[in-house]
Amino acid sequence: MNPQRPSDAPVPAIEVNDLTVAYQDQPVLWDVDLLVPPGVLMAIVGPNGAGKSTLIKAILGLVDAAAGQVLVHGESYEKHQRSVAYVPQRGSVDWDFPTSVLDVVMMGLYGSLGWFRRPGARERRLAMEAIAKVEMEEFAGRQISQLSGGQQQRVFLARALVQDARVYLMDEPFQGVDVTTERAIVRVLQELRAQGNTVVAVHHALQTVPEYFDQVMILNVRHIAFGPVEDAFTDENLRAAYGGRVSFLHGAAREAGVGT
Amino acid sequence: MELLHDLLFDYTQRTVALGALTLGAVSGTLGVFAVLRREALLGDAISHAALPGIVLAFMLTGSKAMIVLVTGAFVAAWLGMALMRVVTHHTRIPSDTALGIVLSVFFGLGLMLLTFVQRRPDAAQAGLETFLFGQAATLLQGDVVVIAGLGLLSVAVVTLLWKEFKILTFDPEFGGSLGFPMRRIELLLTTFLVLAIVIGLQTVGVVLMAAMVVAPAAAARQWTDALGVMVWLAALFGGLSGAVGAVLSSTARLPTGPAIVLVASAIVAVSMAFAPRRGLLWSWIRARRGRAAIRLDTVLTDLYALYLQHEELDHGHHPAVLEAMSDVGEGALPSLQALEDRGLARRFADGSWGLTEAGRDAAVRRLAELRPELVGEHGERSAPR
Repeated sequence: MNPQRPSDAPVPAIEVNDLTVAYQDQPVLWDVDLLVPPGVLMAIVGPNGAGKSTLIKAILGLVDAAAGQVLVHGESYEKHQRSVAYVPQRGSVDWDFPTSVLDVVMMGLYGSLGWFRRPGARERRLAMEAIAKVEMEEFAGRQISQLSGGQQQRVFLARALVQDARVYLMDEPFQGVDVTTERAIVRVLQELRAQGNTVVAVHHALQTVPEYFDQVMILNVRHIAFGPVEDAFTDENLRAAYGGRVSFLHGAAREAGVGT
Repeated sequence: MELLHDLLFDYTQRTVALGALTLGAVSGTLGVFAVLRREALLGDAISHAALPGIVLAFMLTGSKAMIVLVTGAFVAAWLGMALMRVVTHHTRIPSDTALGIVLSVFFGLGLMLLTFVQRRPDAAQAGLETFLFGQAATLLQGDVVVIAGLGLLSVAVVTLLWKEFKILTFDPEFGGSLGFPMRRIELLLTTFLVLAIVIGLQTVGVVLMAAMVVAPAAAARQWTDALGVMVWLAALFGGLSGAVGAVLSSTARLPTGPAIVLVASAIVAVSMAFAPRRGLLWSWIRARRGRAAIRLDTVLTDLYALYLQHEELDHGHHPAVLEAMSDVGEGALPSLQALEDRGLARRFADGSWGLTEAGRDAAVRRLAELRPELVGEHGERSAPR
C-alpha cells in the first residue's frame, strides 16, 4: 500500500504499516498494511491461523512486533490508549473466576482510575449504564459462571462500552452466541458507528460480512485486501485467503474452502 | 482446658501459635491469586527452591537468625521463580516442565549443601534440617516479629494493588490494553508470593509449604463467589490451620509442618463436602430434588392424561396405572402425596387418585412448558402420549 495519503483525507483511525510478528521463528503476520478510516465497521476475516487475533493484539501493543508501525489517529498507540477499547475472545478468561457481572464491567474503568484507586459510586453508575446498553440489567449482580455464552459476550462488550472509547477492537464478538445476542451486538456496533466511533472486529461467518460491516480486511498471514466491502470482498480475494492454503494440503478442497 | 491455659500463659506456646497464625494468614492471602491463576504448583517450586538459599546464608554468615535465613531463602526462591519465567518466555519448554526442573535442581542442590554442612564437626549447624519438615518450637519472639512485619508488608501491597492484581488474575491481556504494565505487576505479585512462602519455611518446612498456599485458597473458593470474601476466608483458614496445627504439634509432639497441613486439609475436606452450591452434599441434595421434581411432573401430567379419557375430576385412578405409564423410581405414591400436599391431587376412599381443579390447571400449564409442541398443535386437551 502507498503510505502517502492525500493531505485532505481524514486521519485514519488505525494505520498499520509493514507489520511483521513472529512467535519463535514462525511468522504469524508478514508485512501487513492496514488503513481503517474513522467511523466505519470493519471485519477482519481469514482462515484459522491467519493471524487475525495477533493483528488485534499487535495494534494494542500486547504482542511485540518484529517490524512495522502502528498508528492510532495518526499517533502512537500509547498516546491514545484511553480512546481504544478491547474485547478479547470470550474463551480467553476463566469464567469460574469469583466475581460478578458488575465487577467485570467496572474493570473497563480501571485504566481511567489509574494506579491504586478503587472503583466507587461513579464507576458503579457508569458500569450500570453500559450493562443497560447490552440489556443485561437483571444480571448485574450475577456470578459470571452462571451466564450463557451470549451473556458472557455481552458482559465483555459492556466492559468495552464503559471505556467510552473512539476505537473498538473486538476479537470474535459473535463467537458462540445465539441469534438474539447476535442481533443485540450488531445493534450496539451500529450505534457506536452512528456516534462516529470506529469498530474493527475479527469475524468468522463470511455470509454476514456484507450485512453487518461496511469495510473488510482479508488476511492470511499476509494481507490479501482491505477496503469497502463491495471492493475488497470478492471471490478472488477470498480464494486467495482461504483456497491457497487448503489447496496446498489437498487440492480437492480448494473450492470447498471458499464461503465456509 | 490445659491447652487453653498454655496458649494464654505459656510464652513458648503463645509465640509459636502467633507465628504460625500469621504465616498461615499471609500464605492464604497470596495463595488465592496463585490458585486462581492456575499456578498452584508454583508455590511448591518456590518453597523447594529456597532450601539452597537457607543453607548458603548460614554458610556465609554462620548465623541462624531468622532474618538471615529468610533473606537467603528469599534470594534463592526468587531466582528460581525468575529462572522459571525466563525459561517459559524464551524457550519452547512448557511452564510445568520448567517448574519441575527448577524444583528438583534447586532442592537437590539444597539437600547436597545441607549434607555438606552437617558433616562439619562443630554443632553450630544443628537445627538447619528442621527447615525440611518445619519445627514451630524453634520460633522465638523475634522471629514472630519478622514474620509479622513481612506479612503486614505483603498484605499492605495486596490491599494497595487490589484491582491491579485482580485484573492480572482475571484477564491480563485486557489489563495490558488498559495500559497497565502487566509483566511488572505479575513480577510484583510473584515476589510477594515468594515472600509469603519463605516466612513460613521455618515453621512448616520446604516440603509441605506449598499446601499452605493452595489449601486455604481452595477451601475458601468453595464458600464464596466474591474475590474479596475469598481472600478474607483464605486468610482465616490459613491462620486457623497454622495456629491449631502448631499447638497440636507441640502438645502431641508431632512434626509441625505435617500437623499444620493436616489441619488445613481437614478444612479443605469439610469445605468440599459441605459448602453451599459447590459442596458435594449440596450437589447430591440438588440432584435428588431435581429427580423428585421430574417424578412429580411425570405423575401430574400422567394423571392429566388419564383425566382426559373421562374428563371427570371425580374419576379415580390407581397408583399402579400411573406406575405402568411411566417409570417413577420409588413408585407413584410419594409423588401423589406430594401433589396432595400442594392441593393438586386428591385421594378417593377406594385408594384411587384424581386431579383437583387446581391440579388440572397446573398440569395444563406444566405441559405447555414441557411439551409446547403438543399443546401448540392440539390445544389444551391433547394428552402427552
